Amino acid sequence: MLIFSVFKTLTDQTVTVELKNDLSITGVLKSVDQFLNIRLDNIKVADEARHPHMMAVKNCFIRGSVVRYVQLPAEHVDTQLLEDATRRGTRKHCILARVT
Amino acid sequence: MSSLQGYVDRRVLLVLQDGRAIVGVLSGFDQKSNIVLADSKERVYSLDEGVEEIPLGLYLVKGEMICLVGELDEEVDKSVDLASIRAEPLPPIRYG
Repeated sequence: MLIFSVFKTLTDQTVTVELKNDLSITGVLKSVDQFLNIRLDNIKVADEARHPHMMAVKNCFIRGSVVRYVQLPAEHVDTQLLEDATRRGTRKHCILARVT
Repeated sequence: MSSLQGYVDRRVLLVLQDGRAIVGVLSGFDQKSNIVLADSKERVYSLDEGVEEIPLGLYLVKGEMICLVGELDEEVDKSVDLASIRAEPLPPIRYG
């Protein structure tokens, strides 16, 4: 849920999505859903000479389950906030684990 | 749903987990991203010859098989001479 929120704050930013079939697609993040499916606009495929398959594709929907990495624009991510939020999450789990 | 809604009745390119590329008109989808493609054709890429289009007709593709759905810019797509394109097929999904 946390990562979903992070992605939501990044809408309209340019990101690069690397898929599990080694395709790398750069585009403007238009939307994201709870499965981390991603909609990209204005896309560009890395190494277009090798992958001309998407020449006529301008925007796409990427299924969350096939995403390997998403490269985020560092200047638009509040790393401190993210760090705090993720640690808060783990601490809660640790406490729960100790109680049970 | 990050929604395929905008793609309904548009010509789309579907990339599947096994690396196949299918073009067709997206006539429907559901919350599991199962997709119904009308008038679909598979585009077979190879390094030895141009792109071969194999007519498939009406196809229902299971959501878990889908890797990517791209909206085709019809103008650009028509201007591309498929017979002159030599490219290796897209690799299948590899986990890990």
